[in-house]
Amino acid sequence: MLKIKDLTVNVGTKEILKGLNLNVNAGEIHAIMGPNGAGKSTLSHVLSGKSGYEVTGGSITYNDKNLLEMPAEIRAREGVFLAFQYPVEIAGVTNVYLLKAALNAVRKHKGLSEVDAMDFLTLVKAKTKALDMDEKFLYRAVNEGFSGGEKKRNEILQMAMLEPQLCILDETDSGLDIDALRIVADGVNALRSPDRAFIMVTHYQRLLDYIKPDFVHVLADGKIVKSGGAELALELEEKGYGWLEQA
Amino acid sequence: MSISWLNDIRSQAAAQFETTGFPASNLEDWRYTNVSAMAKKEFSIAKFVEDVDFDAIESGSAFHFVFVDGYFREELSNLPESITVCSINEAIEKHADLLQSRFNQAINQTHGFIDFNTANFTDGVFLHLAENVVLEKPLQIIHIATQAAILPTRHVVILDKNTKATLIEMFVSPEKHAYLTDSVAEIFVGENADLTLYKVQQEGENAYHFGGTYVQQEKHARFTHHNFALGSLLARSDIVSDLKTAAECELNGLFLGSGKQHLDNLTRINHLESHGISREFYKGILNDQAKGVFQGRIVVAENAQKIDSKMNNRNLLLSNEAEVDTKPQLEIYADDVKCAHGVTVGQLDEKSIFYLQSRGIDEDTAKHILTFAFANEMVEKVTFEPLKALLQNGNKLNF
Ligand SMILES: Nc1ncnc2c1ncn2[C@@H]1O[C@H](COP(=O)(O)OP(=O)(O)OP(=O)(O)O)[C@@H](O)[C@H]1O
Ligand SMILES: [Mg+2]
Repeated sequence: MLKIKDLTVNVGTKEILKGLNLNVNAGEIHAIMGPNGAGKSTLSHVLSGKSGYEVTGGSITYNDKNLLEMPAEIRAREGVFLAFQYPVEIAGVTNVYLLKAALNAVRKHKGLSEVDAMDFLTLVKAKTKALDMDEKFLYRAVNEGFSGGEKKRNEILQMAMLEPQLCILDETDSGLDIDALRIVADGVNALRSPDRAFIMVTHYQRLLDYIKPDFVHVLADGKIVKSGGAELALELEEKGYGWLEQA
Repeated sequence: MSISWLNDIRSQAAAQFETTGFPASNLEDWRYTNVSAMAKKEFSIAKFVEDVDFDAIESGSAFHFVFVDGYFREELSNLPESITVCSINEAIEKHADLLQSRFNQAINQTHGFIDFNTANFTDGVFLHLAENVVLEKPLQIIHIATQAAILPTRHVVILDKNTKATLIEMFVSPEKHAYLTDSVAEIFVGENADLTLYKVQQEGENAYHFGGTYVQQEKHARFTHHNFALGSLLARSDIVSDLKTAAECELNGLFLGSGKQHLDNLTRINHLESHGISREFYKGILNDQAKGVFQGRIVVAENAQKIDSKMNNRNLLLSNEAEVDTKPQLEIYADDVKCAHGVTVGQLDEKSIFYLQSRGIDEDTAKHILTFAFANEMVEKVTFEPLKALLQNGNKLNF
């Protein structure tokens, strides 16, 4: 589904990603771990099409198309979804409005008609409930005044509504309390399917206790320096990253 | 018929206008707005026309007071019976004493538009709520312009003690030609009375508009104004209120300019006595080569203590050629007051645009959504639902 080859990315004159390789197939869950400042969010942003990053080399193909040529909104419509590490607050735009506009944009791209107003409400209320969120959140401005954990949950609500193919979760677990973590993990697990893939950026094993990854990668200094199975995360938890850099 | 008191005031104003004319841009309050091109047009006073089409809020929800080209049209109006409301020309005859006691009393300082209006007004609203009366539905005052002319109207609104009313001033035109609206309202909000006044200025695209609202608030009087400056080529709005003890004044505004529109908003809140509260919040959205002006001044007199006042002006520039001049001023002569003011001028937030794009919404639509959200904050303050709907569905707000 996703093939990243020798990707190099600059921010300004600084090279952040330095030849990154990663393959993700449908149905797989990949965890990416690594020290602060390694480039994990940079990778997530580049995948989602955020401006301000200069791709200086390498390639990204998504479903056999050149992802880098697509504007951000087309990537989203084609099924790439990023749950942001720091979701922005948008004054004056309600959650329910955003969800409907986004869902209809995706549907239109797929050649489907606009969602029926009643069906939409039924759907959005069910998803809200599944994430144990109060319906009142739907009528509040997007992320405005939300707590850290509420913002993360709101990202997962959007993901659940849009049913993307490639879900990228950038530290969705950070800032969640123990109960919220379980609820969000349940939400993610409910979305698991043979034609959907996940990339989860995290610092903590505890998320991986709930969502068992097929692969764990260590991103350090702009590259994937080690890959392994779920057991690699446990090893990292025990030893930290130091032993990898020396190797 | 003895109306010499009025004739005296009118001929004095005419003489004043003869010497000074429309305001020159070397006057401090007019430095951002040049009306000389308009003054050269030499409009004449509008004539009476028969037929006209217009939209009004349905009469189940509101009363109507309709002007066509500055003349009251009783047959198009539907007026409440619980209060005194009539054309000012009728009031000159029927309510002479009350009118004389208030006429020209709310205006501290005149300028050319006011002088011209005083000298030449063709008609206007006279409205009086006697003590303890509550107007049961909002009164929509509709100004319809059809002629290339000057349309001067003069209004006197008197709310006695413990009364409550909602008024909606609308300025509309089915035509595209140039004309000048010159509307001046004097408003007296009595002790513990409560007036909400909406103004929706959506004049034609070549129109000139002056609208002045001069308010006297007695003790504990509440005055809430919502100013939507949407139409006309060049528009200037004056809102001036004098507040006595514990009076409350709330001024909200949205000016929305595109093309070559010039929208100037001047406000003055004068806290003359203690314990007053004022809140002012104006937003501007300027696109293309449009220009917006916000001149807000809050004055706290020497003996007016414990005043609580906030003023905020936020502006969104949607093009490189759009411009806004904003000048919030606090003039405080008392020592025990709580006053704050803030101003922002900015563009749409890139991070927010990207966030919406990352959810599948294209860039243009994202910008429209964010612009509407910025404007809609002011529309959401409208508590009269039919008016809110009218604004939200109007094409000016559908970016
Ligand atoms: N706009 C920018 N300007 C300058 N440096 C930047 C910019 N964006 C990212 N960087 C730098 O790129 C590096 C990688 O940042 P990135 O956010 O991708 O790290 P990360 O792996 O997500 O870290 P964390 O675990 O703390 O979230 C950091 O050193 C960061 O300071
Ligand atoms: Mg990060």
